[in-house]
Formats: sequence, C-alpha cells, structure tokens
Amino acid sequence: MQFGIFSIGDISPDPTTGHTQSEAERISNIIKVARRADEVGLDVFALGEHHNPPFVPSSPPALLAHIAALTERIILSTAVTLITTNDPVKIAEDYAMVQHVSKGRLDLMLGRGNTVPVYPWFGKDIRKGVPLALENYNLLHRLWREDVVDWEGQFRTPLQGFTSTPRPLDDVPPFVWHGSIRSPETAEQAAYYGNGFFANHILAPNFHFKPIVELYRRRYEHYGHGTAEQAIVGLGGMAFIAKRSQDAVNTYRPYFEHHPVFRGMKLEDYMAATPLTVGSPQEVIDKVLTFQEGFGDYQRQLFAVDAGGLPVEMALEQVELLGTEVVPVLREEMAARRKPGVPDAPTHSSLVKAKYGDAEPRRPRPNPNRGDNLSGTSPYQDSDPAVEADFPAAF
Amino acid sequence: MNAPSPAAASVTIAIVNAGVSDPSSTRLLADRIAQKTVDTLRESGTPATVRSIDLGPLATDIAQGIVTGMLNPKVQSAMELLASADAVIAATPVYKAGISGLFKSFADLIDNDLLIARPVVLAATGGSARHAMVVDEQLRPLFAFLRAIPMPTSLYAAPEDWGSTDLGKRIARAAQELSVLLRSGAGRQIADGNWGGYQHQFGGNATRAERSLEDVDFDTDLMRLATGKSALPRGGERADAH
Repeated sequence: MQFGIFSIGDISPDPTTGHTQSEAERISNIIKVARRADEVGLDVFALGEHHNPPFVPSSPPALLAHIAALTERIILSTAVTLITTNDPVKIAEDYAMVQHVSKGRLDLMLGRGNTVPVYPWFGKDIRKGVPLALENYNLLHRLWREDVVDWEGQFRTPLQGFTSTPRPLDDVPPFVWHGSIRSPETAEQAAYYGNGFFANHILAPNFHFKPIVELYRRRYEHYGHGTAEQAIVGLGGMAFIAKRSQDAVNTYRPYFEHHPVFRGMKLEDYMAATPLTVGSPQEVIDKVLTFQEGFGDYQRQLFAVDAGGLPVEMALEQVELLGTEVVPVLREEMAARRKPGVPDAPTHSSLVKAKYGDAEPRRPRPNPNRGDNLSGTSPYQDSDPAVEADFPAAF
Repeated sequence: MNAPSPAAASVTIAIVNAGVSDPSSTRLLADRIAQKTVDTLRESGTPATVRSIDLGPLATDIAQGIVTGMLNPKVQSAMELLASADAVIAATPVYKAGISGLFKSFADLIDNDLLIARPVVLAATGGSARHAMVVDEQLRPLFAFLRAIPMPTSLYAAPEDWGSTDLGKRIARAAQELSVLLRSGAGRQIADGNWGGYQHQFGGNATRAERSLEDVDFDTDLMRLATGKSALPRGGERADAH
C-alpha cells in the first residue's frame, strides 16, 4: 500500500494573515513539501497541472525532474496530467525523460481537466473531452510500447514512422492511473489496459465514487488482468492533523471557511458527509480505514495537505505528522485487514521484474543517423526487424 | 396499444412547493390539485398517495448544493423522493415577475434525466392576475428542458381566484389530464422505451440511472474507443456523435 500527498499548486491568501505567496515562493514551497515527504518516508508525491492563475504548476515534468534530483526514494506522479489538451506525443517524450532522470521513480495519473477555457487555449473542444482523452491515451500507450508508430486518429495530425524518444527506461513504460469521477468510458479504458484507476474522492459525499470504482474492478477482471479484488485502485482524500483533535479543528477552521470550494458549509457537517478529516492522527487513521472497508483493498492513498493558502510551515508539519504518526499505523492496520492475493501498486522495479525476470532489461541503442533525420525502418540496433515503418512521402 | 391495467398499481404524486409562508397559498393550491387528482384516480380504481417536498425548510441546503456541487442528505432524500414519484405537481409563488429563485435553485440541482417523460402539473400563485403567464412562460420551458410532460392546463391563482369557482374547475381539468396520462402509462413507456436516447450521467439520481456494470452499454463508439479501437468515421458516424 502506497501513501502520499498530492498538490494542485494553488495560491490563495492565508486567511489568518492575508499573506499571498508569490509564484516564486509557492514553487519553492512545493519543492520543500515534496522533499519533506521523501524524508519522512511517504511513498508518493503527485503534482497537478493547471494553465491559469492562481495555480503555478503549468509544467509538471520540469518541476518533477527537479524534485527527482533532490529526493531519494519517493515516487513522483501527477494529479492529474491533462490527457485532453496536451499532445500525447509530448506527454510520451516529457515523462519518459522524467522517468529516466528519476531512475524509474515516476508514474502518471491522467485526467480530462474541467477548466473550460484551457481547451480553447490549446485548440481543443471540451465537448469532445471524452473521445479526446480516450484517443490520446490509446496513442500514448502505443508510443511507449512500440519503437515505430504509424497512427491516424480524429484529433491529432497522423504519425508515420514516428519514434518517441527516449524509449522508456528499461523499455518499461511508466505505470498509468486513469483519474475519473463520472465517465464509465474512462473506467473501461483503465480496465482494458490493466492500468490503475484513481477516484479523487474529495469534494463529494462519502463513497459517492464507489459505483464507478466497482465498475472498473469488474471490467478489470473481465479483461483478464486478475480478479476484481486485485484491480489497482487509488483514492484521494483531504486531511488536517494535529496531536489534539480540537487544535486541528481550531487551526483549520479559517482555512476551511475561506476556501472557495467549501462556501457556506460548516466544517463539522462537511467532515461528517465527506472524506475530509480534521482531527488527531487517530481520527485520520479511523477515517481511512473506512475507505478500505467501503472501496475494498486498494493500493494508493493520497492526501491533499497544502491547499487553500496554508503556510508552508503548516504544510510541512502535516507531512511530518502523516509520515510519523498516521501512515506507519495505517500500513500495519491495512496490511492486517488486506485480503490475501491483493497486489501492491506496480512500481518500476516490479514491472521490470515482471517483464524480464532475472534477465537484463532492454536498453535501446539507436542506429546511426542516416542524414534524413530518421533512422530507417529500424531505429534501434535491436528493434524487431518485422517492424516496418510507414514513412511519409518525401515529395 | 397498451391499455391501462384494470387493477392499476398504486401511484405516487410528489408535490414540489416553493411557497414559504405558513400557511402557504402555494402549498394550498398544490394540495387542492393533489387531492383532486387522488379523487379522480380513485374513481377509476387507481389508488394514489401524495408526498410533499417543501423547499422553504431546505433553502440553505439547496443554496449549499448550488455552490458546492454536492447534495447534503436532506436535499438528496428530496431528490430521491422526486425521482421515485410517478407524477409531479410543481408549485411556486411568483416574485418580481418570475418564479421563485428557490424553486429555480432546486430545479438546477435536478439531474437532466431525472424527470424524463414524467407527467407534471404546473402551478403558481401571485399577488396579481397580471403575472398569470409566468407559469407558461417560465415553468413550462423549464420542464420542457427536463423532457418532462407538462399537462395542457396550467394553474395560476391570484388573490381573487381563491373566491372563484372557476379555479376549482381548472383544478379539476388539470387533475383529469394528469389522471388520464398516469393511467395510460404513456410517460413510463416513453422513458422505458427510449431511455438510451437521452443524455445520462453515470451514478446519477434518476431511477433508471446507470449504477453498475449491468446498466452500462459497452456497445458504443466511445466504449470501442476506450478499448483501443479506431473511432475513425464509419458510415459518417463519429465517436462523439450523439
């Protein structure tokens, strides 16, 4: 079971002091939070992607590559990468690069994005969001698995004889999670490919996402990747922790009340109705155990801990409390309750092991450049000779 | 033709009342329509029960639902009551030349497919007869958007109508229309027979909403696209065409 944090990288004024972080401060604070997560032994740090103020992470691969250089163990991920408005070719290239520099400590969570203007900014149509996401992933999947791709779809210019470089580390693509809250088609795609399914599990009533998680689990089994119980499920959650429950409530209340998404709600009502937990480590532990009971054994739990103008000192303390007081207990408790045969989330090393066993992983070496910016039908020295590229006509 | 079954099953009528006074003339109008409908149905052998959703006590819950995008348990149970009703009596006061904002806010929380082909009596009360067209000009298009079936007779009660027997006659007419449509089962047949033709939301509140694997249609262009198959135009159809 993996535990971690995810940040959407929002900037908002601290309601208790009025201080608004500059973009420079926020970016360096995100890096501090990620490093602390690594130090206290959390498993995952995931970063959102936004293209408008007051958010800073427009370029998650750049920031994640930097964080990779400063951390040792933590898996870096996204929450989420926009599979609609990004070119899947660029996603394939950028994240393969981060996978290399992080030595395999990278996976990816894909989502459609719900900020309406982002679509036209990138020349896309939100009304086609679902087919766009599905088609783009189909292409991304192939780009990471086939040395040479010939491809034609509805939304992107066709590819002929295209090789996405660098090839994934050890020729093992980063593991992919599909994030969704309401599209059965996304659950179906995750199940079909045997990928993970992530329900953000925040800003909605308790167990609101259970039907779609259930749908994914049963289709995962349908496609023969394992039983429904073995499907790879991740959940989000929001927590604010203090040693004493009342301190947590008192400290967090102004941040809750000023947060635009909680407008007009009472903290106590919201906690009772949703996965948000504000309280002692034990209260957070108890709440997360209800997730396992409701959704079945799952593989990844991420918490949002730095949103809504929380000062970095407080965010760091949250990471500390998660890492020292909450997660160690949850690891033990959840493992004890876990049904036998339920796998962990795939990691780079488990995927390498699954693909190669004890054999040496493939490390592709390109053929010499022929001067035409292509490397012939066989771009790598060990490419399958059966692969024949469909090159564009020269004139 | 599907004739109404002779020993018709019991039907449920939900009142949605946006009147906020106590007693409320809007609620009174809705109750008179409901009672007349129950009487008319009973004469033709169909037992009916009436359930009420008073929006006044839910006002802050509805407002929270609008701004947070999630329904609290009180609004959720009102929604479930509405979803399970066979017919609806929608009643609102007229404020500032329009329907009550409370009524519209509640309507904004109704899933697009919750009331498909559901018979609805439209009713409003106001301080002057000059606002009588509000029912037809505002409530009727709202329920048309929801693909409900508003009855031909709308009801509007200004102060003078409460002393007029004509209001009673119009109520009887609307009740008759609702009873005939309910007994015919036409609304149910439309919803059952064409459910796939409307736009839906997975896990929504509609009684026929997709909630599990068994409800989901995997034989669609989008589902084929989800499983790596091409969605290039086939016979002019695109994956996203509805």
